[in-house]
Amino acid sequence: MSIERSDIEKIAHLARLEVAEADVPEYVRNLSNVFDLVAQMDSVDTDSVEPMAHPMEMVQRLRDDVATESDQREHFQQIAPQTENGLYLVPKVIE
Amino acid sequence: MQWEVVIGLEIHAQLATKSKIFSGASTAYGAEPNTQACAVDLGLPGVLPVFNKEALRMAVKFGLANNCEITRRSVFARKNYFYPDLPKGYQISQMDHPIVARGELEIELEDGSTKVIGITRAHLEEDAGKSLHEDFHGMTGIDLNRAGTPLLEIVSEPDMRSAKEAVAYMKKIHSLVQYLEICDGNMQEGSFRCDANVSIRPKGQQEYGTRAELKNINSFRFVERAINIEVERQIDVLEAGGKVVQETRLYDADKNETRSMRSKEEAFDYRYFPDPDLLPVEIDDAYIEAIRATLPELPDAKKRRFIDEYKLKADDASTLTSDRALSGFFEAVVKEGEDAKLAANWVISELLGALNKNGMALADSPVTADMLGGMIKRIKDNTISGKIAKQVFAAMWEGEGDADAIIEAKGLKQVTDSGAIEKIVDEVLANNQAQVEQYRGGNEKVLGFFVGQVMKASQGKANPSQVNQLLRVKLQG
Repeated sequence: MSIERSDIEKIAHLARLEVAEADVPEYVRNLSNVFDLVAQMDSVDTDSVEPMAHPMEMVQRLRDDVATESDQREHFQQIAPQTENGLYLVPKVIE
Repeated sequence: MQWEVVIGLEIHAQLATKSKIFSGASTAYGAEPNTQACAVDLGLPGVLPVFNKEALRMAVKFGLANNCEITRRSVFARKNYFYPDLPKGYQISQMDHPIVARGELEIELEDGSTKVIGITRAHLEEDAGKSLHEDFHGMTGIDLNRAGTPLLEIVSEPDMRSAKEAVAYMKKIHSLVQYLEICDGNMQEGSFRCDANVSIRPKGQQEYGTRAELKNINSFRFVERAINIEVERQIDVLEAGGKVVQETRLYDADKNETRSMRSKEEAFDYRYFPDPDLLPVEIDDAYIEAIRATLPELPDAKKRRFIDEYKLKADDASTLTSDRALSGFFEAVVKEGEDAKLAANWVISELLGALNKNGMALADSPVTADMLGGMIKRIKDNTISGKIAKQVFAAMWEGEGDADAIIEAKGLKQVTDSGAIEKIVDEVLANNQAQVEQYRGGNEKVLGFFVGQVMKASQGKANPSQVNQLLRVKLQG
């Protein structure tokens, strides 16, 4: 299985990553290699194997339902590019 | 062409926990923007989610109430997409192993018939923040207080065949989550929201048509209208020889139309994968049985009991059990007033009527269950008639005290002294000789006229059955 240029563009768009035009062929080659490896692994019969959800053989610890966090808005908003009336401002996202 | 409508609903119920699903930030509604968004909710580097015990318990409780399978080992997954109100770039949700799997629910339709709707699954996930598109100099304002609020997404099978069925299903789930005390059901605040998957197919065809997803419909009325208008649109498209495209559409209540939200090229590819920050959640039978033991009497069972125990009509029993607080109020009225039929009538027509008229919730009612029960007691022991009771109820509503105090203060006690009633009857008959002749001439309908006159003369306080009886005797001459 091989990856096309358009796949790279789509993946980059979904991840909101800017990919330099000159780097695309290398990404195509590298990712194609990864996919070829996956295709090879696909040939193993895994019908009786339960898909792994996590590499560690442990279960989730649970937290009591208590509000423990205090308001640190001012602190957090110091690193935001723009805020107003307590809101984070971002470029308009509605059409 | 005869078309069949196919509807499946995805309901998002915010779970009524104190803190968020993966952080210790408060979930209280209405706080100043971003004062309840901690480092985990903001997706700052280095943070780790820790799962809220209570959210798990609530999800299991919902599953048990609908005879759903409960997953012994459930897994959280990342649903990846970019939107500014989702700071991590992914929503923690569940994909392959949701906490609640297949179950079913019975809905009741307007004609009294019932229908079973399949529940495909219910999974836990975190809510996103809110985007405010008002004027921020052409920018969007982001409030992340809601980010990380626990949601139970309840997915139905495509079993509904009309907008009315969809509304009945949604109302049933709405009532149920409140009975279970896992969601406050407040639709205005967005605690209970619904997306509808709508498609049509020629009647008799097996395969489903292409569906459109209607997003975020926040009232029962809008669900019905949005579905109906979308069905009309799809019929128009197909009958004009076009094709329905699979897309997300937004219902615009002002224009009563649906319009495309995301074009096909932008179609989402969520790239789900198990969240490496969270381990699988394992629960055992003992845990599940302990939760089962806490299930309250559910609406259907309560309705059956109300019909058996109180001899109520099915309609009335449905109304009274649609809301857990209302059913409790009714039972308290019955206990105090000792008459279930009267209690049902007064709660449904007078109390609910007054609440609706004033746009008030039951919890804000100035007339308590004890007060209403106390008044019914006075109807039962003939202290007041049903007609006078309306005056008493109005006065209780205005905060003038309980029934006994009002009856005393306003002198509304029914006259049952037959001597006093007889005196009034005699006067009325003496003053209306012409009608007396009519009655005696065979026109028995004028009896109603006399009853009215006597009641008027007694200012409504004469016991109506005594008045009737006396009049009949006297008129026979």
